[in-house]
Amino acid sequence: MSVRITDRAFDPAAEAAALSHGRTDIGAVVAFSGICRDSEDGEKIASLTLEHYPGMAEAEIERHVQEAEQRWPLLGVRVVHRVGRIEPGETIVFVACASKHRRAAFEAAEFLMDYLKTHAPFWKKVEAAGQTSWVDAKEKDDEAAARWVRDPKRDAAE
Amino acid sequence: MKILYFAWIRERVGKAEEELSLPATVQTVGDLVQWLKGHGEEYAYAFDNPKVVRAAIDRVHVKPEAKLAGAREIALFPPMTGG
Repeated sequence: MSVRITDRAFDPAAEAAALSHGRTDIGAVVAFSGICRDSEDGEKIASLTLEHYPGMAEAEIERHVQEAEQRWPLLGVRVVHRVGRIEPGETIVFVACASKHRRAAFEAAEFLMDYLKTHAPFWKKVEAAGQTSWVDAKEKDDEAAARWVRDPKRDAAE
Repeated sequence: MKILYFAWIRERVGKAEEELSLPATVQTVGDLVQWLKGHGEEYAYAFDNPKVVRAAIDRVHVKPEAKLAGAREIALFPPMTGG
């Protein structure tokens, strides 16, 4: 597992390659990049600034990676999250999961992203038209995370 | 007790962290938010809507009912918008 928070631009392709470099046991890598767009609701965006809770942000991501490793047969996980000022076109977050087969890698990557959005202590501020404002949390992100909550009855039946 | 603030709560309070001596009546996270609300104009503004305030004790998410006893660090922040 590798979890990194950085205030510098990084190359998602290099991160994905590093995950499986020199390994022949990995059959699938699913890599997700969340990228800063240049507009939101038709309005031009100049930049995003990400604030985080140092210490807790890393711990919270690691906790969810550990949960993913328990739920799916993963052979590697890599998470990189930017903080500070980010311009359109730059990658904000990168999540990659490696496994023997694709299904576990797809599901674990999606699980991690859904939890990152709602549980990892990061906050986005957007700069548009010379003004800055904090981004509101989205209800659909909570719903996306909620679908991964395990139903103890169903788990017992499996 | 060390209290940390993040994002717009930090901006409204006007500081990122502070050491506060809490009265014995402040036992839970919810009590703390209510108490801070009466702590001055900037706090009243920051904690205007306690329902949206999220909290962590010693870097672990907690609910408003969580007890503060034994905590080293309490963080108060708005819903998270990372990723």
